[in-house]
Amino acid sequence: MAVPFSYSIRNLWKRRLTTILTVSGMALVVFVYAAVLMMATGLQKTLVETGSENNVVVVRKGSTSEVMSGIERNQASIVEMLPQVAIGADGQRLVAKELVVLIALQKRGDETTSSISNVIVRGVQVTSVPLRPQVKLVSGRMFKMGSSEVIVGNSIAKGFKGVGLQGTLNWGMRTWTVVGIFDAGNTGFSSEIWGDVDQVMQAFRRPVYSSLIFMLQDPADFIQATTTIETDPRLKLEAKRETRYYLDQSEMMAKFLRILGTSLTVIFSIGAIIGAMITMYSAVANRTAEIGTMRALGFRRRDILLAFLAESLSLGFIGGVVGLFFASFMQFITVSTVNFQTFSELAFKFTLSPGIIIEAMAFALFMGFIGGMLPALRASRMNIVDALRAA
Amino acid sequence: MMILKILFRNAFHNKLRSGLTILGIAVAILAFGLLRTVINSWYAGVEAASTSRLVTRNAISIIFPLPISYKEKIRQIDGVKIVSYGNWFGGIYIDEKNFFANFCVEPKSYFELYPEFVLDPLQKKTFLADRKGFVAGRKLAAKYGWKLGDTVTLKGTIYTGNWDFVLRGIYHGRDETVDESQFFFHWDYLNETIKKTVPRRADQVGFYMIGVIRPDVAPDTAIAIDKAFKNSLAETLTETEKAFNQGFIAMSGAIVTAIQMVSFVVIIIIMAVVANTMAMTTRERTGDYAIMKTLGFGGKEITILIFGESLVITLTGCAIGMILTYPAAKAFGSTLANFFPTFLVSTETLYYDVVAAILIAFLAAIIPTRHAIRIRIADGLRRIG
Repeated sequence: MAVPFSYSIRNLWKRRLTTILTVSGMALVVFVYAAVLMMATGLQKTLVETGSENNVVVVRKGSTSEVMSGIERNQASIVEMLPQVAIGADGQRLVAKELVVLIALQKRGDETTSSISNVIVRGVQVTSVPLRPQVKLVSGRMFKMGSSEVIVGNSIAKGFKGVGLQGTLNWGMRTWTVVGIFDAGNTGFSSEIWGDVDQVMQAFRRPVYSSLIFMLQDPADFIQATTTIETDPRLKLEAKRETRYYLDQSEMMAKFLRILGTSLTVIFSIGAIIGAMITMYSAVANRTAEIGTMRALGFRRRDILLAFLAESLSLGFIGGVVGLFFASFMQFITVSTVNFQTFSELAFKFTLSPGIIIEAMAFALFMGFIGGMLPALRASRMNIVDALRAA
Repeated sequence: MMILKILFRNAFHNKLRSGLTILGIAVAILAFGLLRTVINSWYAGVEAASTSRLVTRNAISIIFPLPISYKEKIRQIDGVKIVSYGNWFGGIYIDEKNFFANFCVEPKSYFELYPEFVLDPLQKKTFLADRKGFVAGRKLAAKYGWKLGDTVTLKGTIYTGNWDFVLRGIYHGRDETVDESQFFFHWDYLNETIKKTVPRRADQVGFYMIGVIRPDVAPDTAIAIDKAFKNSLAETLTETEKAFNQGFIAMSGAIVTAIQMVSFVVIIIIMAVVANTMAMTTRERTGDYAIMKTLGFGGKEITILIFGESLVITLTGCAIGMILTYPAAKAFGSTLANFFPTFLVSTETLYYDVVAAILIAFLAAIIPTRHAIRIRIADGLRRIG
């Protein structure tokens, strides 16, 4: 017969201070683990949602981001005429030639602590808007083509100085007025500034486009379209699905965060496992007589082992639940930092996914298991007579 | 002396538990030390930067170039001693994973500006004479096994195509804070090549590095340079190299803050573990304390005993952790050489370690001490085990 589970639970309750201290150590480890994974997931999710499966991004061969890329006007017009490009409701080809540059802007905050960061300015065409259905104006109006007007993403409007509605920016010896603020949800576009591509090109003296975005008439045409582009000797361009393009941009940073998170947690967990081990060893030592009595009553070695393991796994379980409970509040936080890969500012939210919950819980139980195994073995190996005499 | 003996006897009364606790503290102090070192390495570029060097770049942002014609204009400005220039090349060696900084520079003035990059005079001569030559840091060359005369090909990301270079020199740092993992080649090589392929991008530089005559004239010189190009097509932003590097760090500020916070979390975790140990110890020794009280010892003595025991355990763990930090930092630094060119444990980190250990000892002892002092003699004696 197995030792009832309530025995283990009541033991934990009996020594509350110790239980609380051990659990809080484990909870902190789980919290850090979950928080870092949530950051990596949030970053990746934001960039993946930025792209759309039906859209194709064309950049210069070898460039890893739009900022590095350059497409000459004549190359752009060749791509524009691809037969696979979708046609919009008003008969227009759904293709946009865009220019992406970085500008340095000052972050909000008091004069001494606020820092400068790079923000993406995207020169767009009329067709850029239907290609990005996520982008919605929330205040003000759309900029007029051919004017020095821009609209800004809400993350930028919130995080940077002087880019609120009617704010002005200076580049290329011109003054640009912010006439609208757009919300692109949880995507990278929320961290961009948009203006008319021809005006932006003029101002920055960049006579080339950075990228070309077009919608496929039929998603299955992708391979055909890319081979046409990549084999054309006049072009020297490469095409990627927009989802793939943005996923690639998140890879390095997400990997960095995951490695950081995992290695930190492994080190931390040693501390927490030792904590659990100390607690369980002393639980066994304090209850030597009790163990002897149970053995004398007929409980087998295996039952004792399982009872102590259950106690230690419960410690891990509670630690995991508490850690995840606090980590789930991190979802309300939006961080804005520079993505190393594109070298520009990107705002994203901590995101809790079912995968993270499972991983974190498994990790917590693992800590409990490792911490409890040796003490439980010691308990189960006790000699009945010696144990009874200890009392 | 007597008290020390009691403290050590008490601390190691339960060898298994004390051993585990000390191990836990050692790991925590090790983690704390490594994290502080990571943060320090992040700022290593700022520390190594000189205040007598200025960086001039395009005011719009770092991705925009400046015309080469600015060189002569900058040279005429008061306070300027040497003007060098270069571009970030951003080339990839075989795979994107093999990241290292690669620049094209005007080599003669650049090495004059950076006396901390030590290059053999003979190698320098052959490098200057070969337009396709490049110079690599000692660590970088060792990592990929490059030897003098080897040809290395980089795939351009900003400037398309495959670029061949010949290793003509290996520089080493004047001291160990110098980054020995950079790659420099001739600006002329880049410029002459793109003149043929993309003429509109030729004769442009990414940044000017300027040496001033004395560090104290740097601020005024910076202002004078920016003023000279005000209201032009390419306005400039000039700052000291230190401020420039600081600006780069500030961009990844969120991550640095996160690591900083996490380094404190590890202290809190271990605090919970030590507090747990101390709580168990005092619970077991309730009878002892009751006897001491009967003998006439007061709360003060008991407090000293518990705090002292806690200190003995944490400081022992701390010492082990500090000793382990050095080999760990060495191993860590060599695996992450890509991210952190210099990875050195600073003395400051060691002070932090000791402060953290003492803090843990005191905070962990507070609640158990309160319990021990409050317990009534009769209750303490009645309690067994």
